[in-house]
Parts: sequence; C-alpha cells; structure tokens
Amino acid sequence: MADFSLPGFTELIRRAARPGKTEVLAALAAERLDLEGLAALLSPAAEEFLPQMASRSRRITGQRFGRVIQIYAPLYLSNYCANRCLYCGFSAENRIRRRCLTLEEVDAEAQALIDRGIRHLLLVSGEAPQVLGVDYLAQVARRLAGRFDSLSIEVQPLGDDDYLRLFAAGITSVAVYQETYDPELYRRLHLAGPKMDYAYRLATPGRAAAAGMREVGIGALLGLNDWRAEGLALGAHLAWLRRRFWRTGLTVSFPRIRPASGGFKALTPVSEQNLAQLIFALRLFDHDVGLLLSTREEPRFRNGMLGLGPTRYSAGSCTAPGGYAEEGLGDEQFAVDDHRSVAEVCAAIHEQGLDPVRKDWDRCLQAG
Amino acid sequence: MLTIAGKTFSSRLFTGTGKFSSPQVMREALERSGSEMVTVALRRVDLADPADDIMRVLDRERFFFLPNTAGARNHKEAVRLARLARASGGGDWVKLEVTPDPRTLLPDPVDTLLATEELVKEGFVVLPYINADPILALRLQEAGAAAVMPLAAPIGTNRGLVTRYQIEIIIQQATVPVVVDAGLGAPSHAAQAMEMGADAVLVNTAIAVAGDPVAMADAFRQAVIAGRLAFKAGLGRVSDQAAASSPSSGLEFIR
Amino acid sequence: MKIIVNGEDRQAPPGITVAAYVATLGFDPETVVVELDGQILGRFEYDERRLAEGAELELIRFVGGG
Ligand code: SF4
Repeated sequence: MADFSLPGFTELIRRAARPGKTEVLAALAAERLDLEGLAALLSPAAEEFLPQMASRSRRITGQRFGRVIQIYAPLYLSNYCANRCLYCGFSAENRIRRRCLTLEEVDAEAQALIDRGIRHLLLVSGEAPQVLGVDYLAQVARRLAGRFDSLSIEVQPLGDDDYLRLFAAGITSVAVYQETYDPELYRRLHLAGPKMDYAYRLATPGRAAAAGMREVGIGALLGLNDWRAEGLALGAHLAWLRRRFWRTGLTVSFPRIRPASGGFKALTPVSEQNLAQLIFALRLFDHDVGLLLSTREEPRFRNGMLGLGPTRYSAGSCTAPGGYAEEGLGDEQFAVDDHRSVAEVCAAIHEQGLDPVRKDWDRCLQAG
Repeated sequence: MLTIAGKTFSSRLFTGTGKFSSPQVMREALERSGSEMVTVALRRVDLADPADDIMRVLDRERFFFLPNTAGARNHKEAVRLARLARASGGGDWVKLEVTPDPRTLLPDPVDTLLATEELVKEGFVVLPYINADPILALRLQEAGAAAVMPLAAPIGTNRGLVTRYQIEIIIQQATVPVVVDAGLGAPSHAAQAMEMGADAVLVNTAIAVAGDPVAMADAFRQAVIAGRLAFKAGLGRVSDQAAASSPSSGLEFIR
Repeated sequence: MKIIVNGEDRQAPPGITVAAYVATLGFDPETVVVELDGQILGRFEYDERRLAEGAELELIRFVGGG
C-alpha cells in the first residue's frame, strides 16, 4: 500500500466548504460515511444540524464504548525544545525556565498522580534529543510500567527501532500531532529544528503502529487554519491508518490554541460550536476511534460533551515539568482551562451517569 | 470496473460451473449471466468418457477460468490441486477451498491461511473461500491474498446473507476485493450483498438448479447490476427511532 | 506391460510416450494434466517421458465446479 498522501490543502478547504443541505442530509442518513460524507458534516451547511449530529454521535459512542470515560493525565518530563514553533510556550526562543526531570523527580511526579487515582499516564516533552533521548524515555518507561496500567508518549517523532525499544520497555501508545495538514502553513509556523520536516512527522503515526504500539494518536492544533479542512485531513489520515494497521487502536485529539508563553493568538479562531461539530463529524465517520478532550477546555464545555462523543478526558493536568509534586520549577506549555482535580472530574462524570475508568489494559498481560 | 490482481472485469457476477443438467444449459446460462469469470474444479478424467470436457463448451476468450481446489481437505491437498491447475494451463489464479467437513463443506481457516502463504510464495493469485471471519480476512490479505471470498451461508443452502454483519465488517476493513460466495439463493440475496458494498458475488447452485437456469442467470445478472448501482447511489440508513422533527438539542452548554 | 491409470490397472505398450498413451485413451493431451508417479508433468514433457512397467498415471482435467 502506498504512503499516506493528501490532496492539496486548498482542495480540502474547497471540499469541506462546498456541500449543501442535500449532501448533509444524505450523510446524516448514511449508515457509513466516506470522506465525501465527512466533508458534508464538516461543512457550514451542517451547522444547523448540530443537534442531529450530537444525538447520532451519542448513540454510536454509547453503543461502541459503553457508558464509560477513560481518565488520563499528562506528565511533563521536560520543557527543553530545539524547535521553534510559533504557537508553543516551549519554543526554543522563549525565555522560560527550562528543566528536565531526573528519574527521581519523575518518580515523585508519578507518585503524586498515582495518589490522585491516575492509572493511565501520558508522558510529554519538548523535542530535545540531547537532553531527552530514547535511552531516557526507556528508563522512565521501565520505572513506571509496573505502576501504571498504560503508558503513552507525546514526544518527538522517533525511528522504527526506537519505537520497538520503547514498546519493549513498556510504552503502549504514541501520540504525534501533525498540528496542521497544510504543508505551506506548516513551513511558516515551524521556523527551526527537526520538526521542520513535515513529511517525517506525517509518516510517524504509521511508524509507531508498525512497531506494534497498541494505540496511536493523531491530531491537529485548532486555530491555525481552516478547521473543516483539518478535520477532513484527520479523517483521511485515520482511514488510511485503519486500513493499513488494523491491529492498532486509533485516537484523535482536538487541542484548541490556548494562551501560551510567546503570546501566540489563534490565526483562525475555532469556537466551541465548531469544535463540537468536528467531534461529532469524526465520530459519525469513525465509530471506533478514541476521541480526547483535554483540560484546554473549560469545565462547562467538558461536562456538556460527556457522553456525546469524546471517550477520554484528561484530569487534574499540569503542563509544567515537575508541577504535580511541587510548584514553580519550570514553566508550563499552555494554560489549562479546567482546573478541577481528578476527583472532581470523576464526580462530574458520575453525575452524567457515566463511569470514569482509569485503565483499559493491563500491561502484565502483554506478550511480545 | 472491478480489478483483481491487475485484471479487470466489467461484470461483478462470478459463476460456478457445477451442478448443471447439461453442458449446453450451462453454456447458455453462463452466457446470459454476463459473467466473465467462471470457477472450475479439477478431477480425474473419466476414462470411459473422454468427450466429457468442459473446456469444449466454454469459450475461454469469453470466460476467465478460475480453478478451485474443491475437495481439498487440508492445505497440502489444496496446494497440490493448485499446482495441478496451473499445470493444466489454468494460469496462476486459484480459488482456494479447504473443506475438511464433508457434511457442511465449511472452510478450514487454519489450513486456508497456511495454503495461502504457500501458494503466494509460489506466485499464485490466491482467492480464498472463507467463513465470514473479519480477522481471518485481514490475515489472508496480509498473507497476500488477491481477494477474499466470504460465504453468505453454507454452500448449497440458498439461505442468503446469514453472515451479513460479519461481511459488513469485512467490507469495511478489506483493502482487497470482497467476493461474497456460497449460499446466495435468490437474486435478491445477490442484490443485498452488492448493496452492502461487496465487490462481486459468486453464484452457482441457485442458477444451476433453477427451473429455468438461463432465465435465472439473467435475473442474477440484473440483480447484481441493480445492487451495485444502489450501493453507488448511497442507501438511506434504516432509522432505529423516528427522527424527532425538532430535537431538543441538549447543546445549550456550548458558547 | 501393466500400468496404473487413475487407480485402474491398464495395459500399455512398453516404452510408449505419455503423449501417445493419453491419445490412445481418446483424450486430447492439451486438455489434461498428467501426474506421473506423483510428479506433475509439464506439457513439454509429454512427448519425452516414457512409461515403464508399473508406472502410476493420474489424468486430471477441469470439470464443472463452484
Ligand atoms: S510544539 Fe513541541 S516541538 Fe514545538 S516548540 Fe512546543 S514543545 Fe517544542
């Protein structure tokens, strides 16, 4: 099978803008959606059908995932970064306090999260291979693997062998967000560092899946570009990964740009209504994909979306390295908008008649 | 146009050549079916009847022969039959059937996978006949199968799409063509399979044993065309609840 | 000499080629596959291979099937 490739971004914009009411109704009536159907649900013409999309999304999500929400928390390992990404607080030229946690500090952070009831951990860092390479990640994974039910990473793109090694060390899932599927804009936003390589990044989810990861996450940073076209690109990427790597679970993230160090403002603001439409459309397009809703969003929105499509919520997140066990030793990546504790988020989930589950797989059962 | 292993077919109806009352009826029925691919089996010749030769009645310019391994009870027998088919000028294509249970003739998944691996290695274009098992379909696809042929119902039962839900999953996941095989007893069954998005169907018994096989072949031809058209046109979803005309949205939380 | 064809005992002239023997049975050698002593023969071998006492022949061809 060929490598993943997309039509040009302007073509994607056109395809997501063009559909009319007829196409939207046809997509809502269809049992399964192809990319044309997804485009219809992402289009402006679908906006008036948001309630219908929500109710279908709710039904599909309930059927496929049950009445449960998975809870995870990010653990920021380091905020060193060699890249200059215009939208990010960790960007190399930002004058922030940098640190990379020692293994002992990682232990302390992990313990703080375990004490709060977190069983699913997402390890996050900037891209600074000298400070934080595969050796370090493997060491961290080996220390933590027994203490959490699953370990995910959201770090720099790595090579095939690196993913094999990390999988053996206990990492079970990898998230790499393309940020934008528009190569032109991508070039303008990434001014320095290895992240400038659009194609290498785009091929990374496939590499991680090929290495045997149980799950691979993709995403687009909302607020950079036409979100409808990004949604269509996410759908195409998802469909390609599904076909090629049927053993791999897939997730999608929808980070909306938050205030961050460096003062980057969204280029094309994405409203909550837009975000909801994107989430429902992707759920109708792919019934099985895990959808993440992070603490970048406010409690009101996160509570309201419970059961409607997202299947995974982060909780009690701190986006600065070392922020759980102590305060103020490194600066954060972005400001969170949901400051509730893990317990509070779980209570809100219970209130919606859902069950917050903190694990979905026991690594001790893994073979090979 | 349907493409399997680089070869294109304009008809999505494949037909079997067994169980017809006479070679003449078979030829007429197959011609009327519009089919371009017909399956054939391999057997010891009947020493007492040298003239009994299917090759004589069917025009090989018109019909692409897909030899099957019918009768094979394990992967070794299937591989042997495939090699014999190739030696008899049948080309590299083979419909792989491994059916250890003579009562149901249900295919053996384990030996089917083994035989597929072996035959792909030997350069065959392998189209395995399988139970409607989505994971098996994916494993065979990975092993290099050129298409998968899940059964709608046990062979000869005419029961239609008994395995409908599994076949739906197979169609959603497959990157190779999906040919629904066995158990399609009526043109409506074939149409249903095509409406679901099957790439083709294979029909034998329902045509061969019909009161008028030639007319039935025509009926299947039209059903397959209609089903394919309906699939392309996009079927409406069966609604499991009446759609509220003005749904109370529950989305008031959105700002 | 005695040979076995599709499981049946048959008589054949000593040293006859596969092609010639198949033709004596009334078959067009082009439409049958021949297995000689468990080995599939290529078409080009029919004229070269000769039958020996006790040879086991399998003659196979396409028949109707689903
Ligand atoms: S987005 Fe990632 S790579 Fe870019 S500056 Fe931030 S941490 Fe570094």
